[in-house]
Amino acid sequence: MTKNIMIVGVGGQGTLLASRILGNTVINEGYDVKVSEVHGMSQRGGSVVTYVKYGDKVYSPIVDKGEADIILAFELLEAYRALPYLKKGGKIIVNNQKIDPMPVISGLAKYPENIAEKLPDATVVDALSLAKEAGNIKAVNVVLIGVMAKSTDIPYENWVETIKTTVPPKFLDVNLKAFELGYNA
Amino acid sequence: MKKLLLGNAAVARGAYEAGVNVVSSYPGTPSTEITEEIVKFEEIYAEWAPNEKVAAEVAIGASIGGARAMSCMKHVGLNVMADPVFTVSYTGVNGGLVLCVADDPGMHSSQNEQDSRHYAKASKIMMLEPSDSADCRDMTKMAFDLSEKFDTPVFIRLSTRVSHSQSLVELHDRENVELKPYEKNIQKYVMMPAMAIKRHVVVEDRIKSQIAFAEETELNRVENNGSRIGVISAGITYMYSKEALGDKVDYLKLGMVYPLPEKKIADFVKSHDKVFVVEELDPVIEEHVKALGVNVIGKDAFTLLGEYTPAMIKKAVLGEDAPESMALSETIPVRPPVMCAGCPHRGTFYVLKKLGLVVSGDIGCYTLGATLPLQSVDTTICMGASVSAAHGMAKARGAEFNKKLVSVIGDSTFMHSGITGLVDIVYNKGNNTVIILDNSITGMTGHQNNPTTGYTIRGEETKQVNLITLCKAVGIERVVVADPFDVKNFEKVVKTEVECEEPSVIIAQRPCALLKSVKYEGVCEISDKCRNCKMCMKLGCPAITIRDDKVVIDPTQCNGCGLCVNVCPFGAIEKKER
Repeated sequence: MTKNIMIVGVGGQGTLLASRILGNTVINEGYDVKVSEVHGMSQRGGSVVTYVKYGDKVYSPIVDKGEADIILAFELLEAYRALPYLKKGGKIIVNNQKIDPMPVISGLAKYPENIAEKLPDATVVDALSLAKEAGNIKAVNVVLIGVMAKSTDIPYENWVETIKTTVPPKFLDVNLKAFELGYNA
Repeated sequence: MKKLLLGNAAVARGAYEAGVNVVSSYPGTPSTEITEEIVKFEEIYAEWAPNEKVAAEVAIGASIGGARAMSCMKHVGLNVMADPVFTVSYTGVNGGLVLCVADDPGMHSSQNEQDSRHYAKASKIMMLEPSDSADCRDMTKMAFDLSEKFDTPVFIRLSTRVSHSQSLVELHDRENVELKPYEKNIQKYVMMPAMAIKRHVVVEDRIKSQIAFAEETELNRVENNGSRIGVISAGITYMYSKEALGDKVDYLKLGMVYPLPEKKIADFVKSHDKVFVVEELDPVIEEHVKALGVNVIGKDAFTLLGEYTPAMIKKAVLGEDAPESMALSETIPVRPPVMCAGCPHRGTFYVLKKLGLVVSGDIGCYTLGATLPLQSVDTTICMGASVSAAHGMAKARGAEFNKKLVSVIGDSTFMHSGITGLVDIVYNKGNNTVIILDNSITGMTGHQNNPTTGYTIRGEETKQVNLITLCKAVGIERVVVADPFDVKNFEKVVKTEVECEEPSVIIAQRPCALLKSVKYEGVCEISDKCRNCKMCMKLGCPAITIRDDKVVIDPTQCNGCGLCVNVCPFGAIEKKER
């Protein structure tokens, strides 16, 4: 059985690193893995979606509507946008941060209200505060990976091992702290 | 050893293992990371060329010189390199020559959705198409051998989902490939009519022997599940089909998409009741199969547009619906890409919009100057067109129109193919104003060095093309350097240059906000002097927004560039310590 994880957010929030940490961790558990990334223009402050799929054998790197076991959302509106991809009984983990998209900034659209309440069974996290506590607001991505890690049966140390090999040494301490805070949130 | 690799990294790995010596490319999404990964192997000479044509010619030269060589590009880059490509098909190679071209179905980061497989057929060059990273490594390595075996360049065709997906790859050691001897061979390498006529015969014979190869190679393989339904596919759609249809159908996976086998395809079709061809973009395989006189279902069941998904394939082939999914009860705002907070282009477009100018645009991050709220850019066609198209527009509409017209082009794009347009303006007595957006890097593709940065692909110092000297050398007398964040002065400069009676170049100089070397102190904050005039909102900065009817700056988004401080008429925005 393949496990489908969808990581959504706003370009620049570090979803790519999150998907790489996730991908490399599940590989070490002996699974077949595919990670689909987004590069180029869509990265410039637009909606970004990456997929991580693992299981005995994975063919397609993308996740279709109604198929995501977990949606890990870095921003509320992006969690809402991804909702049609959630599998029945799937789980949403969402950072409670709001980033206004340009149509909202330009006054052409309204940012939807009370999104968190419209997401079924969602775990809402204040990842920005936890990242600040860890020492860098950019560590939101690793905080969220920490929250997600807790809901898997992969041991804590295995995640730490991947983080050590995936993030630049200069930011290792901040990221390890961010992971810990997310894991225990 | 197995490793999780991006498709592009796996192409680089395959080339490394095949003993490639020379790689020359121009960046372009989704192909860029191939060459960036190549750089990590010190044994390989790698470079960013000013454009794809030059890159291909460097690789061709290296091949004729006896080395294994490669050039990588996005689909539209292949248009730029098409000229040498069609002729190197005739000359053939000495060292193996591989050209990697990455298509972008769905246009994640491109201006069109062209299907590069047409080029393989048109230029009569063998094309392989991998389906995942393991294929990328295997086929790239194999492509060098095939290139030398058949004396032909070989295309590797990628697509966004193959290039930008990571999957497991078995790593092997690098083959030690000796440089082949260089021998002068006028009949083979000088393509003038007398020789080219003879080489064309060689090309046609080569295709015949490649078709024979296509019949027997494991690149094109049948997977038999005992079904009466067959699926023919290649590349990413093979993986989507496997996911969607599992063992309910039989497969003919085509790893080599040009030239295609005839007997293998005909036998596969005839041994099934119903056969689908599943291919994104154009019906290239479908038309080939139908020309063989056998019937298949292709674009009657599938779209010509965008990317496919496993769910689409399941519906078309098995008639099964996708699993139930939740629908949103309201329309939610889209989130299109925007210029980053602190982007130097924002100052430029703010001024151009204020002056109401027609803006002939180009390819790069600054294409986003066409989006809300600035909507300053009028046209975007291809690399370099901002300069030459504005010249055409001015010739068509005359001097008065020209006073309301500018071109905008990035530093890297200007080196790619903007300079030739500028030469045209000078030579043909044009009077255009060209703004070079010099942000000291190739931005959109993720910070590659180029001839104007003064550094090579490996970050070594090199001679830097001086844009001022270059523009003056082609005959532009008026070259002005201005900072687009000093909006008052920038506006004055643009007004002066569009009004004057000779061609001019404005170099809008400020580095990309994402460069590590760019560090703005502090963060911008709105004080109680704010009268809510919303002048700062006109910048379209993602950090400035409205909360409870008041303008606010989100400190997590602001990078402290201070452009808003410069445009606020009431001095109500201040820089504060972070």
